[in-house]
Amino acid sequence: MFRLQARHLLPLKLVFHLIALVPLGVLVWRVLTEQLGGDPVQYIIHYTGMGAINSLIAVLLISPVAKYFKLGLLMQTRRLVGLYVFAYASLHILAFLSLDLLFAWQLLLSEIVKRPYIMVGATAYLILLLLAITSFARVRRAMGRRWQQLHNWVYLVALLAPIHFYWSVKSEVIEPSLYLIGLIFLLLIRVNFKQLQRRFSLRTS
Amino acid sequence: MAKGIIGTGRKAWQEKSAHVTPEAVFNDRRNIVKALGLGALGASIPGQVQAGLFDLFGKSEPHAPFVTHPLAFSRNDAFGQQEILTPEKKVTTHNNYYEFGTSKTDPVENAQGFKVDPWVLRVEGMVDKPLTLDLDDLTKLLPQEERIYRLRCVEAWSMVIPWVGFPLKALLAKAGVKAGATHVAFETLFDPDQMPGQKSRLMGGGIHYPYVEGLRLDEATNELAFMAVGLYGKTLPPQNGAPIRLVVPWKYGFKSIKSVVRIRVMDKQPPTSWNQLAPHEYGFYANVNPKVDHPRWSQATERRIGEGGIFSAQRIATLPFNGYGEQVAHLYKGMDLRQYY
Repeated sequence: MFRLQARHLLPLKLVFHLIALVPLGVLVWRVLTEQLGGDPVQYIIHYTGMGAINSLIAVLLISPVAKYFKLGLLMQTRRLVGLYVFAYASLHILAFLSLDLLFAWQLLLSEIVKRPYIMVGATAYLILLLLAITSFARVRRAMGRRWQQLHNWVYLVALLAPIHFYWSVKSEVIEPSLYLIGLIFLLLIRVNFKQLQRRFSLRTS
Repeated sequence: MAKGIIGTGRKAWQEKSAHVTPEAVFNDRRNIVKALGLGALGASIPGQVQAGLFDLFGKSEPHAPFVTHPLAFSRNDAFGQQEILTPEKKVTTHNNYYEFGTSKTDPVENAQGFKVDPWVLRVEGMVDKPLTLDLDDLTKLLPQEERIYRLRCVEAWSMVIPWVGFPLKALLAKAGVKAGATHVAFETLFDPDQMPGQKSRLMGGGIHYPYVEGLRLDEATNELAFMAVGLYGKTLPPQNGAPIRLVVPWKYGFKSIKSVVRIRVMDKQPPTSWNQLAPHEYGFYANVNPKVDHPRWSQATERRIGEGGIFSAQRIATLPFNGYGEQVAHLYKGMDLRQYY
């Protein structure tokens, strides 16, 4: 079986960068060449949001894949992919603020408070922001055990993001439903059922 | 491909109708790919890109653009002369028309092969003389005029569009509305072979087709209620609702039903599509009202789509009845517009 070695890591990371950046280039190219219709604002907001949620799926896939295929080194790509979740989410919010709201800050604040789906999205973004800030190796070492505790909050993001997506669409609920199911699946495969069962049977016996 | 079409008129684009089915199949495939994009968990590539890749391949066999024709009309200067128009290219490439797909560019991409000839528009129900109009009748039965109207979408963007057509009132007068009638119902063409959104739930956004809309009779006979057959001096392109659509500028855009095949005068309030789908979000009246927010976004302001690039749009205050209060506010006197949104 294929074994991931340290010398593979750099090319692999380059590929991940490419996979994440090419769609962004495609977006810019399509906007500049006016391929996105008369008013691509919604498209840009949606596109960057999809970039964030797809990156989120990718980052949540890394540890199950690493475990199943015994590719321990793969875990070292998690920071890179995770930061792309943050980057796309940042672009998503920046597009909303700059292109849709046209920097009407007051409207942004009142919308966050009034609209549950924006509140959900903003909460997820706040978590991502904390995770991004604490993603540096030095901070990680300094935080000790609390670092992992904090970074487990990504599982909450995995629920909030698809809920935000589902809630934000007018009627096309099939795609966000699939995302919600997919992300719940990625959370469920992390649950150690044997351990839960053992605990449960200990208590009842 | 377009070069053989210009000036040859109807015959040329009838040939194009042969392309309709492949287009629908193509779009089904696009949507299946979109859906599977998740299953494949295609890493960090945004979902739209997968569709985008197919667009690139699809470009090798593009549809000839739908052919529109210049219209003869007089200009009605009573409306909107002071407004800055939204450029024609934006009006015809940014459309909500779920029958052709839910994204804003889907209609212009998917509707170019749409057939408007033959067309039958029936005016029926509680009328003295039911009418059956064909494509020619739409532009010849009544004198055509141009009016510039603001269009305010419920999604909080807006445009300014020069429509060509005739007042709905004039059409209803031709048929003769019977005493006791209270409402007018409208229906869009139902033709899943031509309208991929009607065929696939995934593409059509979950709306129950055919799309239906309705007005109270006094709204329908208000001077503003307009049946448009053209914009920017030419017949409507399909993405804007060819060959005939309603335009009710004091209401959110979804009330202005496209590609109408039936107008039915009745004595009760007809069902309307978005209201059926989400009654707490979209009311029967759907009058533009900055004070009544959509549950998921504010209606207090709107993004006016004008000339220039994406950074040149302006956010402006939304006016009650989209600024047409003078003409229509009296219709709702004494009504609680929070309850009847």
